[in-house]
Amino acid sequence: MFNKKFFLYLVLSLVFYGVVQFLITGMWLNDFYVDTLVLIGINIILAVSLNLINGFTGQFSIGHAGFMSIGAYVSAIMTYNFQMSFPVALLAGCVAAALAGLVIGLPTLRLKGDYLAIATLGFGEIIRIVWLNTEYVGGASGMNGIDKLTNWTWTFFLVLITILVIQNIVKSTHGRAMISVRENEIAAEAMGVNVTKYKVYAFVVGAFFAGLAGGLTAHYFYIIQPTSFNFMKSFEILVFVVLGGLGSTGGVVLGTILLTLLFTYLQEYPELRMIIYSLILIFTMIFRPQGLLGGFSAKKMVKKGGSSQDGSSTTSA
Amino acid sequence: MAAQQLLLNVDNVSRVFGGLKAVSDVNMQIQDGELVGLIGPNGAGKTTLFNLLTGVYEPSGGKIHLSGESVGGLRPYQITKRGAARTFQNIRLFGDMTVLENVMVAYHMHARHSLFTSIFRLPGHFKGEAEMREKAVEFLKIFNLDGKKDEIAKNLPYGEQRRLEIARALAARPKLLLLDEPAAGMNPQETVDLMNLIRWIRDEFKITILLIEHDMGLVMGVCERIYVLDHGQIIASGTPEEIRTNPHVIEAYLGQEV
Amino acid sequence: MFEYIVQQLINGISIGSIYALIALGYTMVYGIIKLINFAHGDVFMVGAFVGYFAAKAGLGLFWSLILAMAVCAILGVLIERLAYRPLRGAARIVILITAIGVSFLLENLGIYALGPQAKGFPEIVTKTQYTLFGDVTINSVQIIVLAVTVILMVLLQYVVHKTKMGKAMRAVSYDMEAARLMGINVDTTISFTFAIGSALAGAAGVVFAVMYPSVDPLMGIIPGLKAFVAAVLGGIGIIPGALVGGLVLGIVETGVSSAGFSLWRDGAAFAILILILIFKPSGLFGKNVREKV
Ligand SMILES: Nc1ncnc2c1ncn2[C@@H]1O[C@H](COP(=O)(O)OP(=O)(O)OP(=O)(O)O)[C@@H](O)[C@H]1O
Ligand SMILES: [Mg+2]
Repeated sequence: MFNKKFFLYLVLSLVFYGVVQFLITGMWLNDFYVDTLVLIGINIILAVSLNLINGFTGQFSIGHAGFMSIGAYVSAIMTYNFQMSFPVALLAGCVAAALAGLVIGLPTLRLKGDYLAIATLGFGEIIRIVWLNTEYVGGASGMNGIDKLTNWTWTFFLVLITILVIQNIVKSTHGRAMISVRENEIAAEAMGVNVTKYKVYAFVVGAFFAGLAGGLTAHYFYIIQPTSFNFMKSFEILVFVVLGGLGSTGGVVLGTILLTLLFTYLQEYPELRMIIYSLILIFTMIFRPQGLLGGFSAKKMVKKGGSSQDGSSTTSA
Repeated sequence: MAAQQLLLNVDNVSRVFGGLKAVSDVNMQIQDGELVGLIGPNGAGKTTLFNLLTGVYEPSGGKIHLSGESVGGLRPYQITKRGAARTFQNIRLFGDMTVLENVMVAYHMHARHSLFTSIFRLPGHFKGEAEMREKAVEFLKIFNLDGKKDEIAKNLPYGEQRRLEIARALAARPKLLLLDEPAAGMNPQETVDLMNLIRWIRDEFKITILLIEHDMGLVMGVCERIYVLDHGQIIASGTPEEIRTNPHVIEAYLGQEV
Repeated sequence: MFEYIVQQLINGISIGSIYALIALGYTMVYGIIKLINFAHGDVFMVGAFVGYFAAKAGLGLFWSLILAMAVCAILGVLIERLAYRPLRGAARIVILITAIGVSFLLENLGIYALGPQAKGFPEIVTKTQYTLFGDVTINSVQIIVLAVTVILMVLLQYVVHKTKMGKAMRAVSYDMEAARLMGINVDTTISFTFAIGSALAGAAGVVFAVMYPSVDPLMGIIPGLKAFVAAVLGGIGIIPGALVGGLVLGIVETGVSSAGFSLWRDGAAFAILILILIFKPSGLFGKNVREKV
């Protein structure tokens, strides 16, 4: 809601934006820091939007990179091949990703737990393989020489909008409907919540913002390739969300910032970087499974996961 | 009781699981405003019948009409929208949500502000949310839970969780309220309070109640009419007095309880 | 045309039986602790490397296989003990992320210790081509792959159905709590399951490396995913299902490649995955069970 706390945060973040912009304009902040800030912003958009699906609605999706790639490719095609303006291209990417969310969401949403996870992983990979086989977007070598249109200002305000939209959803009757699906799907439906509709909403909105992050990425790093959007990327986003705390936007933002910083910092130790990263992952899960600021205990997923609507029980081994 | 209307008409409904006929050719007519009990030994098919009435399972055969409208085969949320809400035998609260939020979810389907309105925080959002909150608190007051509205539901003691489930079901504003063993796990005093509460709810909200219960004291004390289910079939129906003396019923219960 | 089809079947079955070997590990582990063990593909990679070093050291196929299976069995048990056991009873997503972490760890330890480049696998099996009939051929490597798969499958069936440990495994996967109450040592049983599943993956790693003579630290990712698809296809948790799933997947992939769509080959695997999940999520051999309300 629009209360005091909200305005305090808004003012603080605008001040932060202003200071950074001032430093950039004055050339006091070198490219490395700007890169890191933009990357953090993009990762926040990815994580916060995946959190709507996984954290709030309790659906287990690990195909976020697929939606991201749609935003990246579609918006890059728009600026590169059709000379559209940046905002229009971004929006086109978002809408395309959201449509993909709809198309993927409808048939898969009867699946639950692990089964949904695998299906989304499969869809993510299929999307990547489609790019790989599309000559129009450069096949395996991808698209090159995309204009660098993303900057700190775009990133900052789009992060802000993403967080606002997600929070506005979550803190409304629609968000409560989503959370009720996570908490107890059968009870939610018995209380008149159209469970399928809200799962689709979560997927569509989540995909929309994943597309936005994709568009920003494409226009910051000049180049996009199918391999950048494989299931490893989806895992990475999932890790931000789980380490931050499923169902807690604040936790997810914080977790994403810390992990992105850590990752950037570890770049100085290329050989050890991924090893340290993996160890941190494992140790956090063992010693702090609820994430940094875990919202809900995620226990529900233990009980429910593994069986789809008419899923298999494991009758023989 | 004045001239009444048929609210629920269950016509030859069956449900088969594998080879097991859990509910078999059940007929049941409930008039507007009645308070009806459904009893039967363990595994008789009572909960399954509830699941059929609320759309959790699809009937294998037969028809169900609610206020004259066929509801067989509809999704649970569609049936709830048509006026039937329920509680569960094994409590199914939204455990990590607050008490208030639990009730607000049930009021969700009456909300008029769209997702779009909420995202952009248009005036309708604030009005709609305030109204929902107000209504939800009203329901909590009835169940004496308003003092705990900000507690996490799963932290409530058992008896209060049961009451919260009823409050939640009621917040969906049903015509027909289905209670699956509402007194299970309650002590005698709580059961008596619940009995009075159920009767009061029916009169206050002018709704119809169908309840499953093993506690005979409660059933006989509060229900005007009782159906007895055994092995998926209705073996008797009538007033508490008739049921108490019905030889089939006695046999079903004796055969069951050793 | 007939010969062409038989040839593709032979090729498909060879690669499919490798998927099946890996899929068995997925399926057994899932069956027993409901975990998609994402690190399983990397255990396969470790098996291939053990085979590589064994072969370099002059060991033959048999001893390379045995060594790889032994090392992988130990590795599997260690992974379970150190990473998964502390999380028993934790949320699914948490264990899944841990598995992803273990997977990353194995891959990157591999890169750190062995370098990212692919290494040629020594020729421990002389590749000879046999003509079956007409133009249909089978080579010695394919024969070995098939033989290893068949032998291991028979052994596995024996272990699962005839030994005490196998009975315990089935009991635990059916109902862990009940098994515990019946006096079955659940922890030992789970370790044993990991050991067997990982040993099978290790064997698969060696025969895979013999077939496509090269090894690298990321080689487990794609076969791992494919094997997982195979497990789901057959009905995850069901042992014969993993075998059939692996074979079907191998045949379909070979078919797609030989029809000239080799770039779409991986896509085919995932398309199968999605179709099966949507239309029969319990897999070809799974039973449908609904949640009781
Ligand atoms: N989803 C299901 N799948 C298979 N069998 C089921 C299912 N649901 C119920 N049954 C079976 O149907 C029968 C009736 O069960 P139900 O739960 O309706 O009984 P009940 O009368 O509510 O018993 P109780 O008093 O113990 O709650 C039982 O034999 C039960 O095992
Ligand atoms: Mg019951």
